[in-house]
Amino acid sequence: MNAVVIVGAGPAGIRAAQTLAAHGLRPCLVDEALQGGGQVYRRAPGNFQRPASQLYGFEARKAGAVHQALDALRGQIDYRPDTLVWNAEDGYLHTLNQQRVGTVKYDRLLIATGATDRILPVPGWTLPGAYSLGAAQIALKAQGCAIGEQVVFAGSGPLLYLVAYQYAKAGARVLAVLDSSPFAAQVAALPRLLRQPLTLAKGLYYRGWLTAHGIAVHQGAHLVRVDGERRVEAVTWQQGGKRHTLACDGLAFAHALRSETQLADLLGCAFAWSALNRAWLPSRDPAGRSSVPGVYLAGDGAGIMGADAAEMAGERAALALLEDLGVAIDAGRGAHLQRQLARIQGFRAGLEDAFPFPEDWARQAPDELMLCRCEEVSVGEVRGVVAQGHTDINRVKAHCRVGMGRCQGRMCGSATVEIIAQAAACPPQDVGRLRAQAPIKPLPFGVEVQP
Amino acid sequence: MSHVCETDVIIVGGGIIGASAALMLALRGQRVVLLERDFCGSRSSGVNYGGVRRQGRSLVQLPLSQRAHELWSDLPGLIGIDGEYVRSGHLKLARSDADMARLQAWADAAADFDLGVELLDRGQLRQRFAWVGDVAVGASLCSADGHANPRLVSPAFAAAARRAGARIVEQVQPLAFDHDGQAFVLACSNGERLRAPWLLNCAGAWANHIAEQFGEQVPMTSGHPAMLVTEPLPVVMDVSTGVEGGGIYARQVARGNCVLGGGQGFAVDTVRARPGQLATLDILRNAVELYPFLHGAQAIRTWSGTEGYLPDREPVIGHSLAQPGLIHAFGFAGAGFQIGPAVGEALSQLIVEGSSRAPIDAFSIQRFSPLELHTGRSLS
Repeated sequence: MNAVVIVGAGPAGIRAAQTLAAHGLRPCLVDEALQGGGQVYRRAPGNFQRPASQLYGFEARKAGAVHQALDALRGQIDYRPDTLVWNAEDGYLHTLNQQRVGTVKYDRLLIATGATDRILPVPGWTLPGAYSLGAAQIALKAQGCAIGEQVVFAGSGPLLYLVAYQYAKAGARVLAVLDSSPFAAQVAALPRLLRQPLTLAKGLYYRGWLTAHGIAVHQGAHLVRVDGERRVEAVTWQQGGKRHTLACDGLAFAHALRSETQLADLLGCAFAWSALNRAWLPSRDPAGRSSVPGVYLAGDGAGIMGADAAEMAGERAALALLEDLGVAIDAGRGAHLQRQLARIQGFRAGLEDAFPFPEDWARQAPDELMLCRCEEVSVGEVRGVVAQGHTDINRVKAHCRVGMGRCQGRMCGSATVEIIAQAAACPPQDVGRLRAQAPIKPLPFGVEVQP
Repeated sequence: MSHVCETDVIIVGGGIIGASAALMLALRGQRVVLLERDFCGSRSSGVNYGGVRRQGRSLVQLPLSQRAHELWSDLPGLIGIDGEYVRSGHLKLARSDADMARLQAWADAAADFDLGVELLDRGQLRQRFAWVGDVAVGASLCSADGHANPRLVSPAFAAAARRAGARIVEQVQPLAFDHDGQAFVLACSNGERLRAPWLLNCAGAWANHIAEQFGEQVPMTSGHPAMLVTEPLPVVMDVSTGVEGGGIYARQVARGNCVLGGGQGFAVDTVRARPGQLATLDILRNAVELYPFLHGAQAIRTWSGTEGYLPDREPVIGHSLAQPGLIHAFGFAGAGFQIGPAVGEALSQLIVEGSSRAPIDAFSIQRFSPLELHTGRSLS
């Protein structure tokens, strides 16, 4: 009758489950990962010895609280880790767990599918040794290894400094941090960033710590290419018209995050353009209701706001779900969460000012640059299709296979939008968005059906 | 009163049928306006399996199919690209002796067409195509059939028509159909009015709505073939395959991806369709007995389209019985890709020469007419 399902056991999904359980519901929490926590609070395997303070830095207390919240829910929720949701249809989620497919019925669904790195490729980015910032962080947190012995971090966004700090703390040799955003932008953004003085202070601390430990932090520094024969041997970067080359054996790069929206798309949620996220995102009201009755959205999967906001949005969306079910809730709590989320939204706008999107990336991208690594489609091929008069991203995909491969555009989609927009001289929202198609992630032949 | 654009032929539908007709008409000096509500070749013509086969077709389709085979032989000359078209051969597998007998019967019946069909027993099949699963007891091979990339081929027909002088109007659809006694007058969604003595109804699974505008009913239903594609795999399949009696069909492209189809999906709305989890899982579970090398491979994407089916699974091609000047070509039952160019050519011949060189009488809409008295009327 009232099957309530949450997809994603990150900070949003866990707080949502906790809120629902506290109101007497027994939600099903489906998560692709083996252990809850999401990407941001990804748990180390049980046999790891490193303390939480080293794994998560300042976030150790929050990570611990989220993990404990999930642990405390055992018995009160139907928790299904290691379970990929690959499709949704007719009130059912279709899942894959250890080569077996199954179904999960839902009457109400809360989507908390999180985010992945936003990648803006440069020549050489497919060389072994080049990672996204998020992947570099996973290697450290969940696999206990570094991506190289002499590592360069590049791109922009708060994660850039955090991961560089975590690597340095873990004993890796961090050669440099190349931040594409100019220092002036960060100064100008200060008034808005001061809305979250603690978060700002942490960011400043990571940066200060890096500088104090002799790690070069370059601002307005753009990654030009990754050099190497068989793997990363050096990076070339540019600052103020001057080029520099730095020998290294590992590179982690990304320009902030992008939302994982495929499930919301398959469910038919309405999307709207978000200038702040530079992406089409599933629409939600301030409480987290999507355009589809019974479907709720929380966390970075519906727009990047970070882990703290995800916890609040998870709780808020769960309260909305309860309210819609006719369960009595504390209305004041809902209003309080919404006010806090609005504050974070203001801070988030400040972050966008501090770490502005490198608008000239697409113009600088050479034709021979590999844009879609799954299907091996170059920037020039995409520009060629645009020159034939195609500007809709799905149409461009049909003509040259960009975004058609294994990652289904999760890796190359954002950059492809930028290339099409630049080639067509139109704003990125006019390019449209890649339509999601099942399976959300690959599905093997020979699957068994769960009895 | 908006300006009226006078032309010779209005084509509704920019799939491979409509675009081929536009190309053939333009090459013969006709003024053509083609209306496509989406993008040319973006519906069934662009998202079908990509089979380019004559094998297994009904005998009445074979003359058109043979003509199409000739047209496909110089695809670059016709549309300017090779469209990844390869004459790999088409292998139709039999899972029982009864299936094998049916393959033999078809080969005998089609013998006059000289398609070069070769029947393989179990031993010959193993020897030639070692990757086929043991479930197959034999097969029929038509070695000059093949496959192509519909995403590229179908839009290229529209592009070639444009280069030949046809006006291709995308993202515009007719809102109202009229006939003033001499010519059709269409009011279009872009505000334009078109007027022409000929109207070609090539609107695929939605063509029955246009026929209804002129009082003609056809019992067409929609189907949604389920399709999926794997990640690139080592190339092992050197032919396109199908199974006698239906089931899973599969081909492998040069890049290594295997394209598989089988079963039916569902409509999301009047335009979009999805393969659905049932058909997807059926393919993933059942393909392995036919193609064992697929075990453990990953399917990375699924899709479907909207195809029009008439009860006898034959298309409607030819003059309307209700409205002089109106010509239909729709209802290809998921098998219009190969014969599309020849159908387009036949439509152009109906207009320019008064009749099609390949016989098309079997496809007249008359077979769905409630009144036997409705014999084909002369339109010349």
